[in-house]
Amino acid sequence: MNLLELRNVTLKFGGVTAVNNLSFSVQKGEVYALVGPNGAGKSTVFNLISRFYKPFAGSIQFDGHDLLQEKPADVAALGVARTFQNNELFEHSTVLQNLLIGRHRHRNTNFLSEVFFTPNARKQELQNRHMVEEIIDFLDLQPYRDKMIAGLPYGVRKVVELGRALATGPNILLLDEPASGLSVEETTDMRWWIDDIRRQMGITVLMVEHDMGLVSNVSDRVLALADGAKLSEGTPAHVQSDPAVIEAYLGGAA
Amino acid sequence: MRIHFKTDYNQDIRIFEDRWTFGVYASLLALAFAMPWIADAFYLGELTNVLIWAVAGLGLMILTGHTGQASLGHAAFLALGCYSYTLLIEAGLPFLLAFPLSGLITGVVGTTIMLPALRLRGIYLAIATMAISILADDIIVLTEPWTGGVSGKFVDPIALFGLQIDRWGTPVAFYYLVLVVTVLVTLGYVNVLRAPLGRAFVAVRDSEVSAQAMGVNIVKTKMMSFALSCAVTGLAGALMGMFSGTFNNETFSVIISVQLLMMIVIGGLGSIHGAFFGAIVIGFLPQFLSIAKEWVGGGAVAIPGLEFGVFGMILMAFILFEPAGIFGRWLKIRTWLELFPFYRKDMFKRKKSFLKTERLQ
Ligand SMILES: Nc1ncnc2c1ncn2[C@@H]1O[C@H](COP(=O)(O)OP(=O)(O)OP(=O)(O)O)[C@@H](O)[C@H]1O
Ligand SMILES: [Mg+2]
Repeated sequence: MNLLELRNVTLKFGGVTAVNNLSFSVQKGEVYALVGPNGAGKSTVFNLISRFYKPFAGSIQFDGHDLLQEKPADVAALGVARTFQNNELFEHSTVLQNLLIGRHRHRNTNFLSEVFFTPNARKQELQNRHMVEEIIDFLDLQPYRDKMIAGLPYGVRKVVELGRALATGPNILLLDEPASGLSVEETTDMRWWIDDIRRQMGITVLMVEHDMGLVSNVSDRVLALADGAKLSEGTPAHVQSDPAVIEAYLGGAA
Repeated sequence: MRIHFKTDYNQDIRIFEDRWTFGVYASLLALAFAMPWIADAFYLGELTNVLIWAVAGLGLMILTGHTGQASLGHAAFLALGCYSYTLLIEAGLPFLLAFPLSGLITGVVGTTIMLPALRLRGIYLAIATMAISILADDIIVLTEPWTGGVSGKFVDPIALFGLQIDRWGTPVAFYYLVLVVTVLVTLGYVNVLRAPLGRAFVAVRDSEVSAQAMGVNIVKTKMMSFALSCAVTGLAGALMGMFSGTFNNETFSVIISVQLLMMIVIGGLGSIHGAFFGAIVIGFLPQFLSIAKEWVGGGAVAIPGLEFGVFGMILMAFILFEPAGIFGRWLKIRTWLELFPFYRKDMFKRKKSFLKTERLQ
């Protein structure tokens, strides 16, 4: 079943066509990877799905909803969670508070019950904390639980971002370069986490990644992009050996 | 150092993290209740004033400290609260109805006025709100039949439980009234901060992009912040009216807006404590200055604008040397004491995190 489907999506920034008549679909339960040289338009695809950008043409469907009718906050409320390429955490809050914000889409209290902190509000908070503590355990974040983001090392921030996205209890997880800037060990951790997220939590993953080792380890299907257009699609092995892909990477590097 | 072993999710939700903290705040509250026996009428009045400023500071703190939206217009909402309270009392409403209503009216009207400014940020929002504050002066003059315009208005003593409460006649009762309001507003504030709404405020402050990606509706959240902020400020305005007994178009000038903002910056943005610390500075600065003046032997010389000037200088000193305000400084001192002698100098320094590519270059 198609969970997410982009059809003939195009977006231009002035003269640059960042996404060019792109179509692809992500199946429920799979790990789908977007690869491509710098500036290929991968992050732009994420921003289109999150509805930070509006496409010039095309359609984006998620789980029976037309995302082009939704505002960014509503897309998130439908269960689309994401991380950002250049960490976008809430700097002046602790790790715990960052993850708790992830629970926002499940809020079922109004401001009055929160001002008076009614039993209902407390119950909801206990539930939120229960969910968040599980994620903290899962991602080994206990040592940083009550630390401010502002003082954390880069690798930990990446994990906190993943945790915050997981805290939303998503149907699909968009990961923008989850392993960039990570050490070899951290990348290995990330690999197993992504595996667990898909297998144990049953969350569909769409990810952008440059590390081909990670991509071929975790993903079922890969889409290679160049200049915003589809170059090749298929299994990791197929895409890696596609002459068009090799050409694009070498051409980009030269 | 106190170490917390957490065994229950309730521990993180609790208002006081442990018995010790609870004890500290309980003693503070007990001290506040014992004040009428400790302080004379003059200082009790000053203290009442400090508490009212603290409530006003809490109002602005919601918007500026926690939601990150600067406002130089909150004097207008003080005025709105003050005048609507007075008019409601004149219309014959009892205090227990008129007072909360003045907050509600300020919240609703304030948010409505701010609607067009909701999309503005930073300096543009500050200018737009400042314009509201400047306009408020003219509006008060133009609506003279209700507001008394330039000649101003008086507010009657509060009739509550068969008592006549006013600042001069019954300073103790008035002090207690203000204290109760302060405690209630603070409790409500703490509750909001430990609930989804408070987290949404902070999310909007720290990263609008991320907040949206977490499903936080930016416009709605800002509106809520404006509403709560204006409502609390309205309550503070009503209390200010009762405190001074008389007021006119100049009582809530734009200078008051500036002072309020300076106050919470000095106290420490983004913390409830900051509003209180700031209020203490603003409340006791005049006393401190007059004592200092006598000390240098210039007691009789009046220097216009001295207070405001000194206040401005304190603000600059804080922005340069301690942007986290008095509360931020206090946290450092407390950590230093708790960890003595293991405190490291860079403990509160922000670590810059680098991307791998940056590290390589
Ligand atoms: N907000 C924007 N305004 C103008 N141009 C943009 C904007 N965002 C992206 N672009 C351009 O669109 C193209 C695609 O950018 P995008 O960030 O999607 O690339 P990417 O595939 O994520 O690259 P990288 O691997 O470096 O992250 C680039 O040419 C970029 O300069
Ligand atoms: Mg990118």
